[in-house]
Amino acid sequence: MENPPYLRLVNEIAVQFTHRPFEESAEVVAAHVRKFWDPRMRGQLMAHAVAGGEGLHPIAVRAAELLQQQTVR
Amino acid sequence: MSSEKMVRAAFGNNNVDTCARVCHSPTGYGLSQTFGTSAGTQDFKSVAKSDVIVVIGANPTDGHPVFASRMKRRLREGAKLVVIDPRRIDLVRSPHVEASYHLQLAPGTNVAVVNAFAHVVVTEGLVDSDFVAERCEGYEQWAEFIARPEHSPEAVEEITGVPASELREAARLYATGGNGAIYYGLGVTEHSQGSTMVMGMANLAMATGNIGRDGVGINPLRGQNNVQGSCDMGSFPHEFPGYRHVSDDTVRGVYETLWGRALEAEPGGLRIPNMFDAAVDGSFKALFVQGEDIAQSDPNTKHVTAALKSLDLLVVQDLFINETAKLAHVLLPGTSFLEKDGTFINAERRINRVRPIMAPRTGKHEWEIVCEIAQAMGYPMTYDHSSEIMDEIAITTPTFSGVSFKMLDEKGSVQWPCNANAPQGTPIMHVDGFVRGKGRFVETDYIPTSERSTRRFPLILTTGRILSQYNVGAQTRRTANVAWHPEDLLELHPHDAEVRGIKDGDEVALASRVGETHLHARIDDRMPVGVVYTTFHHPVTGANVVTTDNSDWATNCPEYKVTAVQVRLKKAAERHESSVASERLPALAQD
Repeated sequence: MENPPYLRLVNEIAVQFTHRPFEESAEVVAAHVRKFWDPRMRGQLMAHAVAGGEGLHPIAVRAAELLQQQTVR
Repeated sequence: MSSEKMVRAAFGNNNVDTCARVCHSPTGYGLSQTFGTSAGTQDFKSVAKSDVIVVIGANPTDGHPVFASRMKRRLREGAKLVVIDPRRIDLVRSPHVEASYHLQLAPGTNVAVVNAFAHVVVTEGLVDSDFVAERCEGYEQWAEFIARPEHSPEAVEEITGVPASELREAARLYATGGNGAIYYGLGVTEHSQGSTMVMGMANLAMATGNIGRDGVGINPLRGQNNVQGSCDMGSFPHEFPGYRHVSDDTVRGVYETLWGRALEAEPGGLRIPNMFDAAVDGSFKALFVQGEDIAQSDPNTKHVTAALKSLDLLVVQDLFINETAKLAHVLLPGTSFLEKDGTFINAERRINRVRPIMAPRTGKHEWEIVCEIAQAMGYPMTYDHSSEIMDEIAITTPTFSGVSFKMLDEKGSVQWPCNANAPQGTPIMHVDGFVRGKGRFVETDYIPTSERSTRRFPLILTTGRILSQYNVGAQTRRTANVAWHPEDLLELHPHDAEVRGIKDGDEVALASRVGETHLHARIDDRMPVGVVYTTFHHPVTGANVVTTDNSDWATNCPEYKVTAVQVRLKKAAERHESSVASERLPALAQD
């Protein structure tokens, strides 16, 4: 089955920041998703991460955790 | 602005987007991140003071011929020219104009090239240190990043295909040749790293002090007369007019008070490609499309068509029954520019009045129809005259606070910001300081696109426009211009043609991992080996049948400029099949 769009999109964001420290990258990705993504897509991403995060880039997994914790504005 | 208001106040969500999504949304993001506002820095006449003009991913003589005439005048006077483009566009060598350098990079490697430019500037001591120290922040960290050996012209030569010595010479020319100006088009933005590239160019301009005066700057060549205005007026999901985020309680409060309706505070909303995905999964039910033929212009036609057919309601407001309108449940009349009463805002941020020479043939202005829809949905939205819409913009948007129809009638036009601080408008941005305060250097790591050529799809397709047709051709295909460009052609290098047994004029199949279309070949050594090119003016060709869902990481601007494809000579049997299919096409499109 083809990956859902949000998974492809968040992974594309995550790979842009692999040159930066892991936690900093995750914060940047989470802030971007928080600022620009549709709420339902954010919800799908967080639900996917909670369900195991299969197929998510590690930075995206951590970004989803930060979003879940609502530590990103 | 009235459409944005209808969506946010009457529809009650932030699912509003604009055609800039598929062209210059990375410009908005990239310049906002670095300079603090989402628009080009100069006026058009600034080019008359340029000494070195760098054209990146743009073909001004075809796509922006009016501005190109200004640029060519300056080039004839002796300004130096650097062209960065996979194709040998006309500007590279035409009467009285010849580029000092044509960096014929591989599609998808823009960021590697701009980083190498910056590497030369930093490592060869060409930085404008006074400008950087006074006007910018984040330089030290960025300089350490860009000075790394992996960003050198020699290190990226194999990736980009650009000889390191030429790139070094071009970078030195830009940094030391006087006023350096960068002009760019969709060859910058329509990539998986479109936003990164915009920030990379901004880094380069700041490092060399080429910002804040005549003759310099970062200059997006925008595709349409009013696409800047569309962006300015809050047509992206996350922004109100004036590029202010919807989560800003103070800004949102201004609109809630004036519009008398609580607005969605949660950041974000669906962008156009998100709408397509949500339509296919059944969670997005209705779409109102104004003056944009998304069925022809957006990538991966099969997916777009499936999305439009999934909707419970598709309303199209347009001058013509275009490819999108053929799928619509309701068609509302549009008005031509000759009937409009309002403003257009162009790429130099110039607000121009547009006055009607005749009453709308349909009996109503487009904004009146928008108001009627809002009212039918229970939201009172009325104006007596279009000038009242401008007045509402002025009282809610600080960068437009000095603008009114009366003022425009007196002055003719004005460039925003136009307010108490700049009552005569602002021809050049960031003169004494950046909009965000300090210009911000951003690290721009080069990440190759996931769209790679393979044994199955060994060529890279890039798309663009020609002079005699305009975008999807909805307007120009109905004119005598078709005599100059009756069909979209596939340009390919003689070597790529020869190994496939293709002769000039042959009908060929163009296939990618998402689709296949057919068109005639044009063999031309302006193309580099391994790269093919076509335009997207004719729906019968449907160039976007083969383009993919790949997009800019920050804005989802489609990656039209890089699609892995194969080209093969069509066999006689296939030619017969396609002629039968094309005869059926109009009927299928109206299913």
